[in-house]
Amino acid sequence: MMRHHLILRVVTKLLVGTMILFAFYVQFHGDYSPGGGFQAGVIMAVAFIIYGVVFSLRDAQAVFPPWLVHKLVALGVIIYAGTGVVSMLLGYEYLHYGAFTPHHMEHGQHYGILIVELGVGVTVTGVMVAVYYAFAGRPPRISDEEW
Amino acid sequence: MLVVTAFAIVRMRRLFATVMLAGVFSLLSALLFVVMDAVDVAFTEAAVGAGISTVLMLGTLALTSRVEKRPTHSHFLPLLVVAMTGAVLIYGTMDMPNFGSPDAPPQVHVAPEYLEQSPHEIGVPNVVTAILASYRGFDTLGETAVVFAAGIGVLFLISGLRTRREDDAADDNENGREGGEA
Repeated sequence: MMRHHLILRVVTKLLVGTMILFAFYVQFHGDYSPGGGFQAGVIMAVAFIIYGVVFSLRDAQAVFPPWLVHKLVALGVIIYAGTGVVSMLLGYEYLHYGAFTPHHMEHGQHYGILIVELGVGVTVTGVMVAVYYAFAGRPPRISDEEW
Repeated sequence: MLVVTAFAIVRMRRLFATVMLAGVFSLLSALLFVVMDAVDVAFTEAAVGAGISTVLMLGTLALTSRVEKRPTHSHFLPLLVVAMTGAVLIYGTMDMPNFGSPDAPPQVHVAPEYLEQSPHEIGVPNVVTAILASYRGFDTLGETAVVFAAGIGVLFLISGLRTRREDDAADDNENGREGGEA
């Protein structure tokens, strides 16, 4: 698709790894610094989307196949809701994170927040990438030269 | 600058430039949020508003046309509605407390409790995350479900679930439609 943009391709290759790393940082450091599941999910999705934009949709889908994306969309909600169910099975209220470490409530809250944010991040990544795939997968009306 | 960008967006007929300016607008409002110390919101605005939605709009643009159509009806009624809404909103801000005033409703309701309790109860330094994931855990679960539902809806609408046949342009008899997702 964009065979001629050498600089873009090289810079993208350099940056995609960094972006994914940054997404993980935002994800798991969200309780110390700004950010959390929503932001991390979006950054993660952007890494794949920019790969798809600069290279081609097919390359992006080879790395991150659509069936996996669609599973992730649901998996995140399951992780989040499942956390609540687990805390209920342990004898506490739904989504009471203290349930995980009953002797030390703070730690339980910490783990709970991490897991729940992971669920949010997974869903957001899945949805964003899935929406991008759905848009980009349609045959375009405008040819590349017209831009 | 926000106002200038907004006017430029309205005046612009070329949709590509409009999309780019919308990205600029998001980035500027992210800066505004940073100035107001709402770093988490600014983060979201920069990532979602300036990043994802620009890309999605470009994707939509590739499916439709490149230049905005001339409006067929008069400008007068929309202008009147917009002006009246703006006037009402500005009138509404008159009753608002000053920025950062200590006795504003958000400052005296549950916020002090959260700020005092969260270091002992949650032990997480970022209070925003503590409120989001723990005190308001149900809300966030609902939000995630909304994102999930929106994603599923868009997928069904533009049939991304069907496996796509390569270079098969036979089925493009339906219009490109946009599923606003921001």
